Amino acid sequence: MRPAHIFADFKVVARTYFRNPVALFFSLIFPIILIALFGLIFSSTGSSSVTLAVVNEDHNSSESVAFLAALNQTTLVKVQVENVAPGDFASWLGQNDYPVGLVIPAGFQANYTNHTATNLTLYTDPQDAASSGQVEAAVIGVTNQFNLNAVCTAGSCAPIIGISSANVGSAVYTYIDYLIPGLIGFTILTSPMFSMVDVASSYRKDGIFRQLSLTPLTRAEWLTSRILWYIVLTFVSAGIMIGTGAYLFNAHVLVTVQLIPFLVAGPFLFVSLGMLAGSVARTPESAALIGNIITFPMMFLSGTFFPVSSFPPGLQTFAHVLPLYYVIDGMNQVMLFANSARALTDVAIVLAIAVVFFLLSIRLFKWRDE
Amino acid sequence: MGVAIEVKGLRKRYGPLAAVDGIDFSVEAGSVFAFLGPNGAGKTTTTEILEGLRNRSEGTVGVLGFDPWADGGTLHRRIGVIPQDFRFFEKITPREAIEYYRALFHTAPDPVELLRRVELADKADARFDSLSGGQKQKLGLALSLVNDPEVCFLDEPTTGLDPHARRSIWAVIRQLRKEGRTVFLTTHYLEEAELLADRVAIIHHGRIIASGTPGHIIEQFGGPERLRVEAPPELAGYLASHAGVVARAEDGHVEVELRSKEDALKVLSAIDASGIPWQGFETVHDTLEDVFVRLVGQMDEGALRSEAAP
Repeated sequence: MRPAHIFADFKVVARTYFRNPVALFFSLIFPIILIALFGLIFSSTGSSSVTLAVVNEDHNSSESVAFLAALNQTTLVKVQVENVAPGDFASWLGQNDYPVGLVIPAGFQANYTNHTATNLTLYTDPQDAASSGQVEAAVIGVTNQFNLNAVCTAGSCAPIIGISSANVGSAVYTYIDYLIPGLIGFTILTSPMFSMVDVASSYRKDGIFRQLSLTPLTRAEWLTSRILWYIVLTFVSAGIMIGTGAYLFNAHVLVTVQLIPFLVAGPFLFVSLGMLAGSVARTPESAALIGNIITFPMMFLSGTFFPVSSFPPGLQTFAHVLPLYYVIDGMNQVMLFANSARALTDVAIVLAIAVVFFLLSIRLFKWRDE
Repeated sequence: MGVAIEVKGLRKRYGPLAAVDGIDFSVEAGSVFAFLGPNGAGKTTTTEILEGLRNRSEGTVGVLGFDPWADGGTLHRRIGVIPQDFRFFEKITPREAIEYYRALFHTAPDPVELLRRVELADKADARFDSLSGGQKQKLGLALSLVNDPEVCFLDEPTTGLDPHARRSIWAVIRQLRKEGRTVFLTTHYLEEAELLADRVAIIHHGRIIASGTPGHIIEQFGGPERLRVEAPPELAGYLASHAGVVARAEDGHVEVELRSKEDALKVLSAIDASGIPWQGFETVHDTLEDVFVRLVGQMDEGALRSEAAP
């Protein structure tokens, strides 16, 4: 690998891109449209909050009431406390056309203050993914907030009440917050996949690979320069999406250095995978087909638009074999939950898959014929 | 001068079909070698094997002493190649393309100077997709020279170009030879080979059917020199009976085969003595194209005949 070769090829890629209005549109304008569109459809403007039926088994203890109040403050949900037996709750929800319901267990306050595990039960309707996702984002957000407070008490931090009253409202996640990592993941997947699959087959057909094989440029250098280019594009489009979300919809996401590994490893993975898909195909048509078969399930089932946890169990299992799931989950951990440990696991998985795809695609894609 | 390209017993099979079927030839360093043949004869396959773009099935191939398939990386620094129908990144300009190649080869030719050499300097900043076929081919030629190659492979560099563009590529090829480079050229245009090449080889159905200098091939396979006289057909009969030469009449002229210079004098005085009116005369001889058409035609007829036999 010679940096001078990679840089020379990088310049060619960048120029090709800047001189191609369609490519520029898809990498720079399209992210804004995505965020604006989904933001407008799903962002909470008060009236669009989802009614959440709640059974409070902890008999209106102060912690449980505070928890429900925090949920209401997200403006994503409108809490409506109901008096239903927990065993009948699921069918009751269905009969009364509630898409979502929450059970706060007995002993919630006692367990919470003693740092003992306590389980909320969230009922969601898989047919109504929009409401489910929105409610789930709110419940996860508030729960995280409460848990952070609890952990802080276990150490030598400030008392619970003080911290919770100070933070409620600003550190709670709205759907648009959730959407930003998802849509960044969406572009990390789609922009290299669609173009690399096409490049792999059309460069072979046009003899450009043969032409390059006559120079000292190696396949690894060539692929590395593409990866670098998509890393740059990813940084730019992620910046645009975070900025648009914050400016138009008042999104709150954490932007830290921990985001960088995902913006690097993600493009690394999908440029390699796109090249691999394009290399195994014999014609541009079959390359496009293989590319679509790989891309489309990942586009919708990796937690891009809705949390994977809101999927039915079978689909959840399927989501866990999709590489994009780990990119998006990792960015969620960094940008929403500040969970570095899980983000580290995610990035390790992404990097491992990326290295395998990179090596495989270099092996399988040929400059020249036998 | 040594040998730049050496080919022995080269075969390339695609399944049961042999595209190249046991050929031998060598190219002297510093010479222009033209490799001729009808479409599908095995020209491009052979050329690609020499360039290291395709592996061979059998035989040995040496280009500057390297095995092109095994030592491609080393060889490619010392040869220049324009493939047939050269294509490049569509949005990149000739100047940028040369800068790109310069960085890859670690060489430092001046892009404008190089483009001027191939008469493309005025298009230095035009994007590749806006160039004409001839201009694209010229860029291919310029790129093949970025690494100051010892051997240049030009696979049908003038196919589909207008006469002016063809001539400017010929000028570059002559210049390459003058600089002491070896040029391996394939072409459809026999006139081009005759004008440029020191030696030619004609390949047909994967085998070399003739090789040598153009003059040598014409001498070996062409018909004898002829005296062409603008005269009425009866002159042919007169010359046959009075001068004892082979003469035939066609298209308003009479052609007489000449076996020696003395024949010419004899024929001319016989014409003068005949009293038949005549306008002018010239000597004609077969071109490489005449020989090529005849050789390829004979082989195909032979093949048809042997196929027809039970």
